[in-house]
Amino acid sequence: MTLLLFLAQTIRIAVPYLFAAAGGALAERAGIVSLSLEGFMLGGAFGAVIGAHYTESAWIGVVAGVVAGLVLAGIHAVCTLRFKADQIVTGVAINLFAVGITRFLLQLAFDSSSNSPRVVGFGGENVGGALALASNPLIWLGLTAMPTLAFIVYRTTFGLRVRAVGEHPDAAASVGVPVNRVRYVAVLGSGALAALGGTYLALDQHQFTDSMTAGRGFIALAAVIFGRWDPVRAGIACLLFAGAETLQIRLQAAQIIPSQFVAMIPYVLTIVAVAGVVGRSRPPAALGRTDD
Amino acid sequence: MSDAKRAALEEAILPPLVALAVVLVAGDLLILVYGEAPGAVWRMLVDGTWGNAYGIGQVLYKATTLTCTGLAVAVALRAGLFNIGAEGQLAAGGFGAALMGLALPTGTPSALAIAACVLAAALCGGAVGAVPGVLRARFGAHEVIVTIMMNFIVLALLNYVIAAKLHVPETLHTPAVRAGVVPRLADSIAAFHGSAVNWTIVVVAAVVIGVAWYLFRTRAGFELRAVGLQPAAAEYGGVSVSRTWLGALALSGAIAGLGGVNFVLGYKGYYEDGFAGGAGFLGIAVALVGRNHPLGVVIAALFFATLSQGGLAINAMVPKQIVEVLQGIVILAVAASVPEVRRLVRKAAGTRRAGTTAAPTGAQPEAQPVAQPDPQRGAPS
Repeated sequence: MTLLLFLAQTIRIAVPYLFAAAGGALAERAGIVSLSLEGFMLGGAFGAVIGAHYTESAWIGVVAGVVAGLVLAGIHAVCTLRFKADQIVTGVAINLFAVGITRFLLQLAFDSSSNSPRVVGFGGENVGGALALASNPLIWLGLTAMPTLAFIVYRTTFGLRVRAVGEHPDAAASVGVPVNRVRYVAVLGSGALAALGGTYLALDQHQFTDSMTAGRGFIALAAVIFGRWDPVRAGIACLLFAGAETLQIRLQAAQIIPSQFVAMIPYVLTIVAVAGVVGRSRPPAALGRTDD
Repeated sequence: MSDAKRAALEEAILPPLVALAVVLVAGDLLILVYGEAPGAVWRMLVDGTWGNAYGIGQVLYKATTLTCTGLAVAVALRAGLFNIGAEGQLAAGGFGAALMGLALPTGTPSALAIAACVLAAALCGGAVGAVPGVLRARFGAHEVIVTIMMNFIVLALLNYVIAAKLHVPETLHTPAVRAGVVPRLADSIAAFHGSAVNWTIVVVAAVVIGVAWYLFRTRAGFELRAVGLQPAAAEYGGVSVSRTWLGALALSGAIAGLGGVNFVLGYKGYYEDGFAGGAGFLGIAVALVGRNHPLGVVIAALFFATLSQGGLAINAMVPKQIVEVLQGIVILAVAASVPEVRRLVRKAAGTRRAGTTAAPTGAQPEAQPVAQPDPQRGAPS
């Protein structure tokens, strides 16, 4: 029974990572740096609460969350792909912008600087009943995100094009792949996916709170890198990071390891991975290079 | 002015002007959405910042920290590296300054104590910056990824040390330092009364001049810029690229760390968890808008400091979060207009040159526009 609870809690923590990491893997495989997952998630969380608040429907919340993610991703895509803005700078700016605009709109819509009123959700947030988790459709969607992405990336024409424009855009262009269009789709897809992660968070907590994503977008990015830009490995990394967090929460009372050290695990593992101590982690060849 | 110089100047100045125009429009819209009159709000913002000595003092205080983080990012970018880790380096620097201030005995001569604390701040920030430097130079690990991850590691580590070992009960800050407090400007100039601006600003001004001299007047600075523009050519010319990378990131971290002195010794007198509060990330914006030039960085830092202090000034009319939105828009607008402006300016320069060569005198074109890699991009292959 304890194992079941552990698994349930791990999955609950992992779902936002899985969504956002799927988005990160998709965009990065197409050659676009994904520093803005955090901003997309935050936008998604806010959109979801707005949608759910005004319609009292969790599903419309999901739609609104995805729309918010698409808007932010659209800004990112236009800046980097149309205007050739530096992707890293743009990513940082989107994150700042998302924090600012959600705070502003929170003030405007709910006259609060900290949180929204309570909204509807899908239920299943009570981990006490592990089976209740199964009633939340976003959990299932989150768990299938990575396998689905792996199928798309490795088994479809679109996926082949994504990999081509991420590795060798010139070669892709020379055989008629519309490089920029593929990248637009990838960035918008990453915005929608990361926003689903934020949507899940907000509906799970039944409210939006200021900066509620709290670095989860960066953990998702860490998972993508640690998973060597492979959807399945990135998904496993998400589960691993979530498992470590669950363990830490379970052990909190025992005070065995300070929580801060557990929180560092994803970041330390990622640095170890990119430093190539155990097998070099190699990014897509054209990552970050859309200005030529 | 030669065509090349004029083109370079236009390339540097036009994007921030475009951004300013975009921000004014976006700001107007946000203010209107909130149901206030844009003119009144903008006036309030200017009055609350540059309109009185207290406001000016606060802007200068915030600009001091932002100059450090902006300069840190700019120095690394000059070497072709993207330091996203200024946030953690700033915090580490502040922590180092506080530790030194706590360790020194009470009554240490002020000048000596401040010098020791400043050094400790630079060393701690530099050490954090050196980690991605070593990993880049030795293992080829991408500094963008490492510096992002280092932020979280350093902040978690500092949070642990403060929360578990070194805090005044019921707070998340250290005890007050025993020595090394930097006096406020208000102590000498009464008009600044109440504002946090302190003599750290003089230290930082000296660092700005020092960095400008280093970058443009020394051999090491030349090598650093050469590595940033063309690493392969620099290596061929006898420069050790990996050593330059390591040095640039360590220097970058040290400059960011120095910024911690402003808060810890100049303002509060103790280290407080989370004091960096995004100033490190804003440093990326400062470097971008300042076009990686020390003078530009100072101007950009003043601009962003004005916005952030201005947010407090207008909070009575509109939510102060408006300025956070505007800061994001400034960065997006500058980042998006830099390549566009460059393209247009070079096209115009090309047209002008074509005009000259076609003239019957057959005058030589003055200077070819140098094929210059974008100094703002940090992602190498």
